Amino acid sequence: MNGVLTVHVDGIGWRSPGLADWDAARALLRDGGAPALIGASGASPALLPPNERRRAPDTVLLACDVAGQACAMAASEPAQLPCVFASMHGDIAITEHLCMTLAANPLELSPTKFHNSVLNAATGYWTVATQCHAASNALSASGASFAVGLFEAAAEAHANGTSTLFAAYDAGARGALAETMRAEASHGVAFVLSPERGARTVAALRLRHDGDGDGADVPEARGAWFGVALLPLFGALAHGHSARLRLPAGRGTALAIEVLA
Amino acid sequence: MPSRIPPLAITAYTATSALGRGRRAHVEALRDRRTGLRDNDFTAAPLACAIGRVDGLEAQPLPAEFAEHDSRNNRLAWLGLGADGFLDAARAAIDRHGASRVALLVGTSTASIGSTEQAHLALEDGRFAPAFASPALHTPHSLGLFLEHVLGTRGPCSTIATACSSSAKIFAQGERLIRLGIVDAAILAGVDTLCGSVLFGFNALELVAPEACRPFDVARRGISIGEAAGFALLERDGAGAPRLLGYGESSDAHHMSTPHPHGLGARLALADAFARAGVGAHEVDYVNLHGTATVKNDEVEAALLADSFPPTTRASSTKGWTGHTLGAAGILEAVITLLAIEHGFVPGTLNTDTRDPLCDARLALANEERAVRVALSNSFGFGGNNCTLAFGCAA
Repeated sequence: MNGVLTVHVDGIGWRSPGLADWDAARALLRDGGAPALIGASGASPALLPPNERRRAPDTVLLACDVAGQACAMAASEPAQLPCVFASMHGDIAITEHLCMTLAANPLELSPTKFHNSVLNAATGYWTVATQCHAASNALSASGASFAVGLFEAAAEAHANGTSTLFAAYDAGARGALAETMRAEASHGVAFVLSPERGARTVAALRLRHDGDGDGADVPEARGAWFGVALLPLFGALAHGHSARLRLPAGRGTALAIEVLA
Repeated sequence: MPSRIPPLAITAYTATSALGRGRRAHVEALRDRRTGLRDNDFTAAPLACAIGRVDGLEAQPLPAEFAEHDSRNNRLAWLGLGADGFLDAARAAIDRHGASRVALLVGTSTASIGSTEQAHLALEDGRFAPAFASPALHTPHSLGLFLEHVLGTRGPCSTIATACSSSAKIFAQGERLIRLGIVDAAILAGVDTLCGSVLFGFNALELVAPEACRPFDVARRGISIGEAAGFALLERDGAGAPRLLGYGESSDAHHMSTPHPHGLGARLALADAFARAGVGAHEVDYVNLHGTATVKNDEVEAALLADSFPPTTRASSTKGWTGHTLGAAGILEAVITLLAIEHGFVPGTLNTDTRDPLCDARLALANEERAVRVALSNSFGFGGNNCTLAFGCAA
């Protein structure tokens, strides 16, 4: 192998403020629009039982929503799919709440808030709701969380020879931490990725981790993993076009993505 | 079932915990049955429990060039990185393979959240004071950012945060990237440190013991939380180096903070680890159990042990020495498992007087001198996230 991983996109999920699914996002992107990221995501995924939907934080609702969409489009049974969930900030509203409670009265910390605070809360709720016993991963890589998570999901798909679910999500929050990290955007996307082309495949992604560039690539330390650099990917998926793009993946490294229609 | 994988060499490894800095400190404490646990002297608000604390971190800031990363967690990473010549070995691997051919894969559950907690104690007009403004401190990837800065690796770099299985799963991640030809080596790091969130969080879940934890004891009352840093270097070849034989990863699909009552996920992880390693239960000399000393975990794991292994297999939990180091537990206990292979001994189970009747004699209470050729390490986390690692002696 030459370090290139080619994966086939069999399903896509999307949610951002005002855009409830990939169909809505695709229509906007085809018209040359850019999605708004500030505001409530509105996610309330039906696959979570009502009790869980009530207990789950926004990040979990968002992640499960887009993951469910991608599985439905791919006609994939979620119970069989290993998954990789990526988030830049984790649940910043809950982190903020924990820290404020610890500062005021640590013995009043809520056990539910605490177990919802782990970065793998979304994979926990998702695997329980879908009765998925496959491997689940929760990953973060600062502003490169989408790029690095996508590459990890592609690596798992190839290493295990099986379709793999990938979701990237973050939910905006208010407070001192959110302000420091400029964690304003609420957005989730998901793919079902397969190592082989299938009946549901809508595009292929050729992914190459590039650590030999000039070292100028640096992921954002604050803000969101979604930005103008990612528009060519989703624009190409919306139009059914090919495209090439490059996303920062780490300190001086990048993920080169080729979209093959 | 997954296919058998080629084993990988673990060409360098080290750990720092409440037992001390480096492998020798760990071997001596294990052999001497000397615990690293002490009464909680960490939290400002009183909390009656035992903790596994690493001494001296408060007085050891990071070198000035890394000041933006200065947190308790990264201080512990820095302390641990220099032990047993690991930093030199990592740099030699980067020179040997090229920086872009070396992955940096880290696992942690809390990252530098201790710094985020401190920032909230010192808010100025509702905002973080300038001393706490560095974004590198308030991201789940803070450990990855710090180590990438220190080491200059140019391969894939991520933080896996699946609670208490985090730094076990990075072994699986590294194996995949090497087998796929993406990289030639993977530097693995797992670090977690004491902070208010975990001490008061686990306390809120009523999972913290008031005394030092007693894994598998009939009267066990919960966990003791500790902190640790562990590192391992994975490569294809390495004469005389112990081997990563396989791994299994699974999800319980049962509950956020309670294990599956029949250990379904744990059994799936074990089966996949056997399949990838190409070994059977009869070949396993030692299992380092997750053994947290919660009522539920130990009950499930005791049944798994009795059902899945022959009477010749020895098993123990080493959390009575180190405490439960959460996101660092996977790699800390991987290191202890490798030390058992290297030194030919099975550490017993500390603080445990009376085995739970669910446990049989496979659970070692006393230390035992015996050759360990194949050994497993279990790590199970919140969200029902499970990982079993299989290690073997040098080929």
